[in-house]
Amino acid sequence: MATGTTGPAGSTGTNAPGRAHIRARHLRTDRWWLSPAVTVTILSAFIVYSTWRAFANDDYFAEPYVSPFYSPCLASECDSMPMSANAPLFGDWWGLSPALLILIFPLGFRLTCYYYRKAYYRGFWASPSACAVPEPRGSYSGETRFPLILQNIHRYFFWFAAVVAVILTWDVLIAFRDEHGAWGHMGLGTLVLLANVLLIWAYTLSCHSCRHIVGGKLKHFSKHPVRYRLWGFVSRLNGRHMELAWASLFGVALADLYVYLVASGAFDDPRFF
Amino acid sequence: MSEVERHSYDVVVIGAGGAGLRAAIEARTRGLRTAVVCKSLFGKAHTVMAEGGIAASMGNVNSQDGWKVHFRDTMRGGKFLNHWRMAELHAKEAPDRVWELESWGALFDRTADGRISQRNFGGHEYPRLAHVGDRTGLELIRTLQQRIVALQQEDEREFGDPEARLKVFQECTVTRLLTVPDAGSEAGNRIAGAFGYWRESGRFTVFDAPAVVLATGGIGKGFKVTSNSWEYTGDGQALALLAGAPLINMEFVQFHPTGMVWPPSVKGILVTESVRGDGGVLLNSEGKRFMFRYIPDVFKEKYAQTPAEGDRWYTDQENNRRPPELLPRDEVARAINSEVKAGRGSPHGGVFLTVVGRMAGGTEEIRRKLPSMYHQFKELADVDITAEAMEVGPTCHYVMGGIAVDPDTAATPGVLGLYAAGEVAGGMHGSNRLGGNSLSDLLVFGRRAGEHAARYAEEIGEARREAAQEQLDAAEAEALAPFAVESAENPYTVHQELQQTMNDLVGIIRREGEMTEALTRLDELKARAAKAGVEGHRQYNPGWHLALDLRNMLLVCECVARSALERQESRGGHTRDDFPAMSAEWRRVVLACSIVDPDAETLSVRLTRGEAVPMRADLLELFERDELTKYLTDAELPGKDG
Amino acid sequence: MTYKADFRIWRGDTDGGELRDFKVEVNEGEVVLDIIHRLQATQAPDLAVRWNCKAGKCGSCSAEINGRPRLLCMTRMSTFAPDEVVTVTPMRTFPVIRDLVTDVSFNYAKARQVPSFTPPEGLKPGEYRMQQVDVERSQEFRKCIECFLCQNTCHVIRDFEDNKAAFSGPRFLMRIAELDMHPLDVADRQKAAQEEHGLGLCNITKCCTDVCPEHIHITDNALIPMKERVADRKYDPLVWLGNKIRRRGSGD
Ligand SMILES: Cc1cc2nc3c(=O)[nH]c(=O)nc-3n(C[C@H](O)[C@H](O)[C@H](O)COP(=O)(O)OP(=O)(O)OC[C@H]3O[C@@H](n4cnc5c(N)ncnc54)[C@H](O)[C@@H]3O)c2cc1C
Ligand code: SF4
Ligand code: SF4
Ligand code: FES
Ligand code: FES
Repeated sequence: MATGTTGPAGSTGTNAPGRAHIRARHLRTDRWWLSPAVTVTILSAFIVYSTWRAFANDDYFAEPYVSPFYSPCLASECDSMPMSANAPLFGDWWGLSPALLILIFPLGFRLTCYYYRKAYYRGFWASPSACAVPEPRGSYSGETRFPLILQNIHRYFFWFAAVVAVILTWDVLIAFRDEHGAWGHMGLGTLVLLANVLLIWAYTLSCHSCRHIVGGKLKHFSKHPVRYRLWGFVSRLNGRHMELAWASLFGVALADLYVYLVASGAFDDPRFF
Repeated sequence: MSEVERHSYDVVVIGAGGAGLRAAIEARTRGLRTAVVCKSLFGKAHTVMAEGGIAASMGNVNSQDGWKVHFRDTMRGGKFLNHWRMAELHAKEAPDRVWELESWGALFDRTADGRISQRNFGGHEYPRLAHVGDRTGLELIRTLQQRIVALQQEDEREFGDPEARLKVFQECTVTRLLTVPDAGSEAGNRIAGAFGYWRESGRFTVFDAPAVVLATGGIGKGFKVTSNSWEYTGDGQALALLAGAPLINMEFVQFHPTGMVWPPSVKGILVTESVRGDGGVLLNSEGKRFMFRYIPDVFKEKYAQTPAEGDRWYTDQENNRRPPELLPRDEVARAINSEVKAGRGSPHGGVFLTVVGRMAGGTEEIRRKLPSMYHQFKELADVDITAEAMEVGPTCHYVMGGIAVDPDTAATPGVLGLYAAGEVAGGMHGSNRLGGNSLSDLLVFGRRAGEHAARYAEEIGEARREAAQEQLDAAEAEALAPFAVESAENPYTVHQELQQTMNDLVGIIRREGEMTEALTRLDELKARAAKAGVEGHRQYNPGWHLALDLRNMLLVCECVARSALERQESRGGHTRDDFPAMSAEWRRVVLACSIVDPDAETLSVRLTRGEAVPMRADLLELFERDELTKYLTDAELPGKDG
Repeated sequence: MTYKADFRIWRGDTDGGELRDFKVEVNEGEVVLDIIHRLQATQAPDLAVRWNCKAGKCGSCSAEINGRPRLLCMTRMSTFAPDEVVTVTPMRTFPVIRDLVTDVSFNYAKARQVPSFTPPEGLKPGEYRMQQVDVERSQEFRKCIECFLCQNTCHVIRDFEDNKAAFSGPRFLMRIAELDMHPLDVADRQKAAQEEHGLGLCNITKCCTDVCPEHIHITDNALIPMKERVADRKYDPLVWLGNKIRRRGSGD
């Protein structure tokens, strides 16, 4: 039968003792590097854009639209945004851009998201870049140690993200008023914010932690028919979690960009009624 | 002879399919030191391929089911040639064996009230097959495998060694059984162990044990078009023959009606019967459901006469008869064969089988109920079964014949200490096996074989002996022969010719002249096989392994051809063009094959006729007299009054 | 369509080996295993390869084709261009035995470390009642044919031999999930998944899911839910508190 399986401690990689000796590190002939390269490019572009916008502390409100980067505003020095979420919990000692206060939550949510983890482990850490392509390092401890062990608190970010999603929904509602506060308005901006919030919700609800909380943790679905149906719904969304992660990422960036263009006067919001 | 590795056990089980694992679990549970030896990796045995289900009359879906109904169906399916006692034990014990699997972790599909769901299958009167989608065999083998692991974990806790009482020797092929003389048995000997080689290293190994259970499965690799894997080279049958135990009913080989026919490289791969059980129908090139024209007289009252009635049956089984697509396999296989011969076949020489529009739940339901079929056709043939018809034709599937055993103990009458269970054993299925009856057979008789092997090993105690050194030397010399021959034949070529011969001359429809021809060719092939040589060394050398398997295949194929030539009637898995009728006289005849001389240069088999044991009166009473007259001679029929 | 294909096959054993070139006939509808068999029958009778069913059901014929872990019997030749060189090597995570055959005993050793199914005390065979919706999750995992391709591709052990001791691999982490979700299993498996079987080493990069020939959603349906269950037990003080108050396991 079988002989021993492990080589001497410390030997690593596909050329560890005992394994078939093949000189090539990998033999993949397809364009395996494409997907991590695309991931890196898009994520980097988003980071650059959002950093600029988050620190800009300007052009984030154009009655009745508020940029998702700045809502809710937890600092006291925000523009006055009638009816929208001015919640100066932090008082006036906060001197930096108010976006930073709130962006922590969606950022944390996405940073600990099971899908984004896969994407950046593969793209930025090459851990691994693609399947059966060896990692460029000598040892590996996965998510067992600090800081990566913190990934386990993803569920808390889910709850925060859900709260943020509620607030952003409110922002869409108030985008149905015109600049004088009268109801019955709809402009392109309303639609942009609406699309954004739908994507945010879809992404948030498709979260693995959400799937676990609504029903995944149960042992007997049959004893909880309502939660089972919810779980089924979330599971279907969850099957598209990757697509939703990207779509909603583009969604927020575009929504913010739209508000920026309108607020900075570069573009006039077309009104439908 | 060089030093060989030796292992001593109480019970050695050869084969790690359903039968072997169940036997091993039983022997170990009775506290005996047990070894399981298998040619492939643990958990890969042929049983994984079983799809449709396990037949057991639990009555979960239709409460009218019970062992008596199951018994009747089994006897009818086997055309009354079955050993009735095996059929009886099988029908009675199958439900317990299935429930036991559940307590070891198996997860069958469920009914609405949480019991094990059961599905329809050819020849079974009620929905009877416990199943998991269409991967029931996988569930069975994994459950038994995990049960073995559980027992090993127990031993680890108790003895600090998981393999203290149960060890699996994987990728180890047994080539000879070892015996010592014993006046008390028919063949004059009793078991002392087994001799084999490690596939990985090519080194030899000896198992010393007073009791051996053979559970090595079937013989399909003797045929060209087969649903069986490379393991099915008739090893167990040949090992038993060589040790002195006879084979019976070897003429009965089941051709499953629905194997894939296209592309060539997958020809023979099984299309599970559940396709028909769940609504699939067979069509010829004219788009006709031809099966209605092929309902034989013995089954006339049990099957629908019109497509409309057949279709109603799927939803209302009380008031309708089942569609003829669900006739026993031999009938359907012959019907397909005739359609193709009559020029009404599909482009690649089969007929059409379709589920399109046959399930209420549409595409979705097809994919849920037949996931692996969907997968198989998609990936291997580029056919989407939810939208297109499959092309299917008969494929060699199962051998009903096998090692003669005592129904209650699974002991071979020939050699003391030798037991056999599963496909390798004969008698249970008569002339034709019903779908789903094999998996239950494995469990019922695997357990019995394990139990009785264990008892025997306990009884024999101190009297156990090791085989004489000459036997080991001879076995070693035999195994090394292929390296020594000059002017070598290519074993792959010999194998291909053997398969072609069996397929063409001893296939689904048989004729005297062809079978005589086959026997001549088998003789030639034997001579060539003796010269089959191999290149390279002993380490994991497939050419060598095949050269060794040739001996077994040739012996077993000779048994099939000889018995088939002898039996002058058509019944179940044996169809004679020249003797198309079923004969009540022949029903009583049991053809047995035994080896002429196990040490001869050229091995050959001899045929003897035996008589079937008459069925117990209380079992006969389970049938209508009218029905019995179709099978039994007047003398065998029960008196008018009882 | 018949043509001659270029194959490069790794031949060798523990002492070393190399990729050898072969030219071999390919016919319509064939899979890579057919080609290997043709090579055995015509050019290399002792070419070692492990297989059984040739129908994607037993999981014996695992190897790597053009650098990707695959079943030889389920890889159709039509997926390659006729002029493409097809490279076949043994799995590169397990010790090689010879040619395309590797020693997969690592997996059997890991299987034995997962405590087996534990039914409730006193429940007799035949009395088991389970609802279809409750068994479906575990049924998905039981489709596994133990081809060990997921184990082979997982970078945790593929790239780091020294992790083998601490990590059971996707196949057996999934087995733990299967039992944890089994409606009648009463053993506590969640902490052990992390502490004894190395669930934390998995960084959910999904290569196991990518290669699984049974298309089991290993990562989404087994590993991540298991990580969430572990988080409940080890990393989430609120759930811990809640359970303390409600007494674990009362509701469901
Ligand atoms: C495609 C397919 C589908 C099927 N579907 C069904 C179904 O739905 N229902 C049903 O009831 N039946 C079905 N059957 C039939 C059933 O699966 C088999 O008859 C049954 O699995 C045989 O089991 P076994 O335990 O006798 O042997 P196997 O499972 O075949 O095991 C044989 C064992 O013996 C070992 N072995 C063989 N020779 C040697 C040797 N020389 N030395 C050491 N070890 C050796 C092998 O390695 C293997 O472990 C199906 C068969 C096929 C091919
Ligand atoms: S998802 Fe986890 S288990 Fe699967 S391959 Fe990646 S690291 Fe390994
Ligand atoms: S989970 Fe999939 S890839 Fe892994 S062993 Fe099972 S079948 Fe193979
Ligand atoms: S948001 Fe991606 S998993 Fe939670
Ligand atoms: S040979 Fe069984 S999976 Fe390929």
